[in-house]
Amino acid sequence: MALIELTNIERVFQLGDSTVHALAALNLSINAGEYVAVMGPSGSGKSTLLNLLGLLDRPNSGTYRLEGRDVTTLSPDEQARVRSERIGFVFQSFHLVPRLTAAENIALPMTLAGIPAKERNARVAKALAGFGLENRADHRPDQLSGGQRQRVAIARATIMQPALILADEPTGNLDRHTGEEVVNLLEALNASGVTLVVVTHDQAMGARARRQLVMEDGRLKSDSHVSPPFQGEG
Amino acid sequence: MRLADTLRFARDAATGYPMRTTLSVLAMSIGVAAVVILTALGDGARRYVVGQFSSIGTNLVIVLPGRSGTGGFNPANAITTTPRDLTIDDAGALRRASAVSRLAPLAVGTSEVSFGGRLREVMVAGSTSEFIPIRNFELAQGQGLPDDDWNRGTPVAVIGATIRDEMFGSEPAVGKLIRVGDRRLRVVGVLKSLGQGLGMNTDELIIVPVALAQAMFNSNTLFRILVEAKSREAIPEAKEQVMEILKQRHRGEEDVTVITQDAVLATFDKLLGALTLGVAGIAAISLAVAGILVMNVMLVAVTQRTGEIGLLKALGATARTIRLAFLAEAAMLSTVGAVVGYLLGQLGAFGLRQAFPVFPAYPPDWAVIAGLSTALITGLLFGVMPARRAARLDPVQALMKH
Repeated sequence: MALIELTNIERVFQLGDSTVHALAALNLSINAGEYVAVMGPSGSGKSTLLNLLGLLDRPNSGTYRLEGRDVTTLSPDEQARVRSERIGFVFQSFHLVPRLTAAENIALPMTLAGIPAKERNARVAKALAGFGLENRADHRPDQLSGGQRQRVAIARATIMQPALILADEPTGNLDRHTGEEVVNLLEALNASGVTLVVVTHDQAMGARARRQLVMEDGRLKSDSHVSPPFQGEG
Repeated sequence: MRLADTLRFARDAATGYPMRTTLSVLAMSIGVAAVVILTALGDGARRYVVGQFSSIGTNLVIVLPGRSGTGGFNPANAITTTPRDLTIDDAGALRRASAVSRLAPLAVGTSEVSFGGRLREVMVAGSTSEFIPIRNFELAQGQGLPDDDWNRGTPVAVIGATIRDEMFGSEPAVGKLIRVGDRRLRVVGVLKSLGQGLGMNTDELIIVPVALAQAMFNSNTLFRILVEAKSREAIPEAKEQVMEILKQRHRGEEDVTVITQDAVLATFDKLLGALTLGVAGIAAISLAVAGILVMNVMLVAVTQRTGEIGLLKALGATARTIRLAFLAEAAMLSTVGAVVGYLLGQLGAFGLRQAFPVFPAYPPDWAVIAGLSTALITGLLFGVMPARRAARLDPVQALMKH
């Protein structure tokens, strides 16, 4: 069964007098454990697609089934719950809460979900160790390097053990070397079974995914399954 | 989100923006401090006046010549234009009243006093031996007026502390002869200094027998008759008996006014109580202003933290969680403001008491409770709108603002 099933999705924005079809007649199916890169020029609907997949946005028409369940008709609170339990976000600009420490940022989804502090601390300690951030637990985001920040963000995205990770230009604000590290991390997560959807401009990064979706004007231009060409880069 | 986590989150959010947190806490605390200090002033004034008025005597009933009360239209007043004066005999007749324990007629005027070449203007009170105990005066030296026939003007005087100091300096005053107007009087006693009281300054007063005062001022009328009832409960009865006796003596006309100390006290109490309430009302406006400021600060916070709110939503926060977090922050700001304001207010009241020891500037409990709860309620109430706005933000739009 497909993890994600989009049927006839339409998303329309009203910009002044003109109507923009951010997504038009989109049909897409992604299986659990896939590694998908979404590419395309600016304004092609990549981000809208990602927002939709993340239940941050609703389609004007069409259905979105996540794990076989129609999530477009859920109430906002039910959608919040799905986001909390099934979806992890990684953003281009990290989106860490500046006043919270690395550990607190990682714990934030669990705090919001009402998980007791004891369990939180145990899981955060594990995550810090897993992402090589043990010495950065009490640092605030402004005391961390870009790569460390994104590692904190990825730790946060995975702390609730989601089925799906949505990454929006995860390396966009990083230099090539740290970007490479971050991609390796995400790919390792994918290898452990988490479905990974990455929106990117970077052809090289997109090429590493086993499936590439290219979008144009709100439509799928191409959907190709390729095995990643391993290049000795970085 | 768990309650403890919500509170911690709100606290961190508040301390994360020290400037705006300090400002709103300051506004709230000034509001609460204003309520505390202003009501302390108002209530202090009430207590001061009531205290001063109580100190003029206990269970007093005061008789004034003339019908100045608001007892309604009396046909007798329409015919007799000038009311009868009060006389010493009137006062003597009041001794028959069973509810009266003691009484003192009072005639007043101003005159000159001289001793050893020094001369000054004084207020002269003509009364009897019971005047001093009724008015709760105390003697520093010597004794009071002699307890003899009221119509006999023995040439003696009891003088106030200031007069003693000015006329005699360090010399003993008791037993000396002073000249008051055209009379020579022997000083028999000196009053203890009381400072400025209501009505007259007893430190600059000379008390002489009532008949002597009347002779000096060439009149046979009284300014007041001070009547002391046997007990607090006997005050209305004493008032009635006094009225009845004087009515009989004045051919059935109620041409005197009888006021009770209780009634006057109650009036002052009410009047100054209302003043305190009014002042508290004005101060409450500053609380409302502080509440609006907290609202503005929270609205700014929502705008400043739009990105964060979007993030929280992406991480699975429900609208309720976000609402509660912002509401908790507003509540925290106003609570801290209220507590700081309360302490500032108490400090201010303490300062006032230090600066003016006679002035009992204690904020009344009701004002403190009302001030604190108004602060909390306005803080919460004005926190609702920003919290709802935060909860309603569109996550996609919010995330883009990061």
